[in-house]
Amino acid sequence: MENLEALMHGFGIALSGNHIFLMVIGVLLGILVGVLPGLGAPNGVSLLLPLTFGMQPVSAIILLSSMYWGALFGGSVTSILFNIPGEPSSVATTFDGYPMARDGRPTTALATAFGSAAFGALAGVVLITLAASWVAQVALAFGPPEYFAVYFLAFASFIGMGGSPPIKTLVSLAIGFALAAVGIDTVSGSVRLTMGIDEMVKGVSFVVAVMGLFGIGELMIAVEEEFHVKAISSRVEWREVFRTLVGLPKHGWALLRSAAIGCWMGITPGGPTAASFMSYGIAKRLSPRRANFGKGEPEGIVAPEAADHAAGTSALLPMLSLGIPGSATAAVMMGGLMIWGLNPGPMLFVEQKDFVWGLIASMYLGNVVAVVLVLLTVPIFAALMRVPFFIIAPVIVIICTVGAYSVSNSYLDVMLMMGFGVLGYLFKKLHYPLAPLVLAIVIGDKAEDAFRQSMLMSKGSLGIFFAKPLVTTLILLGAALLLMPTIWRTIGRMMPRSEVKP
Amino acid sequence: MSQKPTFAAIAFGLAIGLTGAANAAWQPAKPIEFIATAGPGGGTDNFARAVQNIITKYKLVEQPIVVVNKAGGSGAEGYTYTKAMAGDPYKVVFGTSNAWNQPMVSKVAYNYTDLTPIAAMVHDEFLLWVKQDAPYQNVQDFLKAVAAKPPGDVKMGGAQSKDTDETLTRMIDKAAKVKFVYIPFKSGAEAAVQLAGGHIDAHVNNPSESIGQWKGSTQRPLCAFSPQRLPDGPKVTATQNWHDIPTCVESGLAIPQFQQPRTVWLPGKVTADQAAFYVDLMKKVQATPEWKEYIERTSQTDTFLTGDAFNKFIKEDIERTRKVAADEGWLISN
Repeated sequence: MENLEALMHGFGIALSGNHIFLMVIGVLLGILVGVLPGLGAPNGVSLLLPLTFGMQPVSAIILLSSMYWGALFGGSVTSILFNIPGEPSSVATTFDGYPMARDGRPTTALATAFGSAAFGALAGVVLITLAASWVAQVALAFGPPEYFAVYFLAFASFIGMGGSPPIKTLVSLAIGFALAAVGIDTVSGSVRLTMGIDEMVKGVSFVVAVMGLFGIGELMIAVEEEFHVKAISSRVEWREVFRTLVGLPKHGWALLRSAAIGCWMGITPGGPTAASFMSYGIAKRLSPRRANFGKGEPEGIVAPEAADHAAGTSALLPMLSLGIPGSATAAVMMGGLMIWGLNPGPMLFVEQKDFVWGLIASMYLGNVVAVVLVLLTVPIFAALMRVPFFIIAPVIVIICTVGAYSVSNSYLDVMLMMGFGVLGYLFKKLHYPLAPLVLAIVIGDKAEDAFRQSMLMSKGSLGIFFAKPLVTTLILLGAALLLMPTIWRTIGRMMPRSEVKP
Repeated sequence: MSQKPTFAAIAFGLAIGLTGAANAAWQPAKPIEFIATAGPGGGTDNFARAVQNIITKYKLVEQPIVVVNKAGGSGAEGYTYTKAMAGDPYKVVFGTSNAWNQPMVSKVAYNYTDLTPIAAMVHDEFLLWVKQDAPYQNVQDFLKAVAAKPPGDVKMGGAQSKDTDETLTRMIDKAAKVKFVYIPFKSGAEAAVQLAGGHIDAHVNNPSESIGQWKGSTQRPLCAFSPQRLPDGPKVTATQNWHDIPTCVESGLAIPQFQQPRTVWLPGKVTADQAAFYVDLMKKVQATPEWKEYIERTSQTDTFLTGDAFNKFIKEDIERTRKVAADEGWLISN
């Protein structure tokens, strides 16, 4: 195994006292920016970037990527404790993580999330190690029609999920698409849906939408329902952390499936957000405890977290070998690569073996360091849930306001965030699902671009989606996922048997 | 009563102070914000950060400088923001020719006349790229093959819509009497990967956007849209460097020059002193070895335009783009 040899060499580079120290610093800073409002991984990495100019490229990328791991874990903390997802990819974690925390089990929720995330990340790195050269080739097979098919698959696996009436899901999705269209259109270059407000040309930021929809919306519901967290024992619950981790293999099948979905969506350019939503959707459909999803079901945390981290990790590979950043953070890191004098691209693996394998080895070590550190902080974060509501509520408002403002230092965003808060409240009250709305805001415009690029290529013929085996398979798979609930229901009607009880 | 002389004295002192300040050259008194009209990692962002690093390294300004990215709306977010800051000499916006070209073709809320031009500090080059294993050895082969196919069958990718890449594509259409279908992507890097995967047939990327791909033998340049060959330098591939690539005119495609200026602006309504301070500052940046290193690393061309020369350049560029835009029906009715 040539790759394993290279990896051992990489460990030799990454396993120095200096580098371990950088990892610890990076992870701690990462957790901090992940948890604090309005900072987020891309900003944190930008702030650190100038400090790395004097370093060896390997040391620099170890510091920055460790910060990225830390921020990913930190982002899950706010999703679970306050229903405020810091990154698009941790939205799906709120669906069951937040109810579980509210139910008095924040320690279990956090430990489940971190444990599954670590498993996902590990699956991602193993895949990179074993199949580095192959993975880079797969990404090249993806043109606009294939991109569209992947997004279609993500939407399909989530929509057919059930829970709310299809028409409500559709309404939610349509609103999301409309919001994603605001701003400059990539394909025509024209300005759309700015409502005469000049500043709206920049489009609706995901952070602004989510802070309002989840943070403020949930707060209003909580105020109305006289929210109170169930009493949580004041003991530091190390034992609970341990018990949760030991209990994780119970969800082995869900873990494996989610990690596989994550790896696959990371290599194909679907990305972590699509991966986490898709994984949640599929977990909900396949689980015998379907009815418990959305109310604090552990598998509802396991599925999105494992998929998110598997995708986030395996997506680093196409970035390095093709030069396409998969996320804002990756874009900043790529800017760094260029400044350190490295050109991301097919030759990186040939010319900079030390750098690439040092980085891959540091992904193993960095994730281990990150998991140990976040697990140590679980009881501290869980203790936050004991703070009385009359203190936490204003803090949530502050977090959301600062977060929305800091996206681009704009008061308009704060206003929009409040507006989204009202929308989120109405959605909850009228029992419309929020998830399709968020999914459409995040990947709606990408799906639209890919579709229209395909139409330009095929001179307007839909045949392009059935022209090659890869794209045809993806589209048919998506259609199957979309129609599955209907088919199952029909079968269920023909065979009137009692369903598996949760 | 006894207070009156004091007021008079203060007023007198203030008056002297003000005249004094007006005579001395303007100096910044608080932190300066650099606005990059592109996302982190892109060409414009690298440009703004290179300038920032040099200024910080040589302490050319006493005040701290922060770079913020306002990339929304293909850069329109940054320009619109700067327009709203009229009279504020602590906002410096970094962009390209989209400052004057974008308002021509889309209904954005600014025009370049709302900004104070400082300088065009460097020109990025354009090349025509095809896939490594494409059968074409030179531009003529390629264009002949394009002409032989039905119009719209050959796919040219590029960054954004109705911006430089599409304008250049339409100029090639005209010059070579062919018809490409133009597929807009979010960035040049994305177009490069699409070419490597064979989903498009060509693109017109800047050197820095495709250098990694050229090294990795997934695509190669056919010709450069510059008046003379790019400067000699270290080999990029085993056999070639940038200087080995012929100019397009040399190889029979009559587009003598197409370049992307990297531009610096202040908001409107700043004083002449304030503008002069930044022109001077950018000249100092340009004189450093780090700037030379930045230009070489990104394979751009060093041309510093300011004042009348810059204004003349803008006028000419507008003329040329307007022609293409009018033919294509892109112009928005003002």
